[in-house]
Amino acid sequence: MSTAPTADHSMGDDTAGLAPSPTAQHTRTPARDPLASLNPLALWIAAALASLPLLTSIDLVSGATALGVWLVVFLALGIRPRTMLARTWPLLLAAPLSGLSMLLYAQPGGRIHLSWWLVTISDNSIELAAAITVRVLAIGVPALVALVGIDPTRLADALGQIARLPARFVVGALAAVRLAGVLAADHRSLARARRARGLGDSRSLRGALSLPFALVVAAVRRGTMLATAMEARAFGTGERTWARPSRLRRRDAVAIACALGVSLAAVGLAVATGAFRLVGAGG
Amino acid sequence: MSAAARVRSAHGSAPARVVATGWGWRHASRRRAAVAGVDLVLEPGERVLLLGPSGAGKSTLLGGLAGILGDEEDGEETGTLTLDGRPSASQRGRAGLVLQDPDANTILPALGDDVAFGLENLAVPRDEIWPRVRAALDAVGLTYPLDRPTAHLSGGERQRLAIAGVLAMGPGLLLLDEPTANLDHAGADEVRRAVAATSTTLVVVDHRVDQWIDLVDRVLVLEPGGGITADGSPADVFDSRGAALAAAGVWVPGARPQVERAGRTADHGLGGVLLEADGVAVGHGPVPVQRGIDLTIRAGVSTIITGLNGTGKSALAVALAGLAAPLAGTLTARGVLAHGTAQSQPHRWRSRDLLTRIGTVFQRPEHQFVARSVRDELAVGPRLTRAADADARVDGLLERLRLSHLADAHPYTLSGGEQRRLSVATALATAPTVLVLDEPTFGQDRTTWTELAALVAAHVGDGGAAVSVTHDDDYVRVLGDERLHLSRDGAPVIDRAEACA
Repeated sequence: MSTAPTADHSMGDDTAGLAPSPTAQHTRTPARDPLASLNPLALWIAAALASLPLLTSIDLVSGATALGVWLVVFLALGIRPRTMLARTWPLLLAAPLSGLSMLLYAQPGGRIHLSWWLVTISDNSIELAAAITVRVLAIGVPALVALVGIDPTRLADALGQIARLPARFVVGALAAVRLAGVLAADHRSLARARRARGLGDSRSLRGALSLPFALVVAAVRRGTMLATAMEARAFGTGERTWARPSRLRRRDAVAIACALGVSLAAVGLAVATGAFRLVGAGG
Repeated sequence: MSAAARVRSAHGSAPARVVATGWGWRHASRRRAAVAGVDLVLEPGERVLLLGPSGAGKSTLLGGLAGILGDEEDGEETGTLTLDGRPSASQRGRAGLVLQDPDANTILPALGDDVAFGLENLAVPRDEIWPRVRAALDAVGLTYPLDRPTAHLSGGERQRLAIAGVLAMGPGLLLLDEPTANLDHAGADEVRRAVAATSTTLVVVDHRVDQWIDLVDRVLVLEPGGGITADGSPADVFDSRGAALAAAGVWVPGARPQVERAGRTADHGLGGVLLEADGVAVGHGPVPVQRGIDLTIRAGVSTIITGLNGTGKSALAVALAGLAAPLAGTLTARGVLAHGTAQSQPHRWRSRDLLTRIGTVFQRPEHQFVARSVRDELAVGPRLTRAADADARVDGLLERLRLSHLADAHPYTLSGGEQRRLSVATALATAPTVLVLDEPTFGQDRTTWTELAALVAAHVGDGGAAVSVTHDDDYVRVLGDERLHLSRDGAPVIDRAEACA
């Protein structure tokens, strides 16, 4: 059996920073995150299956149940609240905003609390706002906690070996991920070059137009060079092997089943309590 | 070819024999052949330095040997090129190619995975991959754990990683395209030591002959469109062809380039102060890598910034050029440099105010091009400053930098040396007082080198100031009036080299 470093692409603190890569900073280790011992493909499938049942209903019960269960599960697995916050914060900002638009503009129903121009706050809109906010969180939080920081190399391994996607596509995309960091550096130096050439002032149309074009040219050049380097290492000539094994194991199946189970149970509870409110059924 | 056959060829790490007979290649998009009429035999295990002026087709020949030029759609092949009697294009993995830019050679995010990449592509069984990865990393002296992020490696380590990546594939022929051009001295030494430890047939392309001369058995000179025009031991080739090669831009060992420093006097340190750095800190992103830099830039003085890769040289150049704020400390413009601006700190100036004050030449010339022709490129600055003599200036620069025949060409289509000349010309077009250059000479042939050094010398001789980041000893010798050395740990050291006068 091989002694391949299968799961553990541990990343030290990014101190050298010669060319910070987008993958170097968020990647996680099983020691700090038990989800990292699962196959990345299993996490994707689990996230998809967990969200599907929750997309059928807009009610407070199923959303709050699923969200609550997932938070308890993650805490029990030893994922620290800080880690969860770091992975989900954009959603924590976005969810109340989606709730707010419901609160102000949803179809009025029940008692009207406030009405001003297009804005109407009613019993119905308050209920909808709460339900939408909780729903966005119930779908988004578990997905982000599970998926943010997945090691792209391991995901590519899984897509190539388990999902059997073409290696040319999977490995090519993986190599391109690394290029994103290089292109960010290119963008910085292109912008500085515009400033040095006298085109950096905000009203300079020429500077504004030439920067995206130059970035595209740089991306094409980088891509061409990467393709050359990959071809020089015999990429794309035929069958290939995979240095790191990627398998779906029992624990991956358990995770997928749990993900679907939690959502189905949450929706079931909503149906049982009569709170279930089918999406698109008006309200 | 079947996977099994490829596996066998990957294991066959015996040095390859190379035979070219009337070989040539024309890229599909070009009218003229990049290489033509190459006749050549390399015996197994021979180490060869391939020389030739810019545009001679050295990289194309390497690409042909590596078998990556493609098929009829990509270009037209003439003659034959074989490794061990079979066409090179049919035996990927038999020849391993390392490119000049470390960024271009690294493929995957983790060290071990990157080396394993070629073995996966050769369909090597998994159990064999990891022992071969370790052996290859040992061979180039990289001792990091296999999960080390490639982004955390220095340039020299990246190039050694690239060599390990091809060595793991068990090639019979190692091809290196200017593998040390982007590296500092320490990094270049690392790479040469790694190459010296290999036993494959070797072809290396590099302008800096003296760095490879002890390592190679044979020197080949390729002429544009003319095949191999000199072939022999290093001593023979340089004795018989030395002068002609130097004239053609090759860095012939021994003959140091000379550049006239006009208008220089012994009291060169006493020109007016233009720019003052006081306790400046610079770094990559928000993380400082260098602190407490005190530096005075004076009129009529050329200042050199040296130091290993990653010590913040380029970041300091960017700050001195007014393109980004220093992380700490202050940079203050003085005297004529400050005239007519409301702010004393260059990074607060309007972009347009920089044009006549501080000109910048970037490490990658193509980054600073904004126009569709060489002429327009040169005219951008003078038009923005509303210079009355814009057209005359552009014509003068085209003439001076031998770019007149390319006036209507797109800047991106120029060769490396031409792009470098153009990038310097665009900075000079608005006659800035201070010229900041980041690695202006790397990868340049001797002819372009001499022109660049002469331009900078003339700028300083006319009372301007130059600040150059460089690894290049010859450049330091010619233009190092003052030298600031940055190290990984310890304070920056300023060295005033009076002997240079």
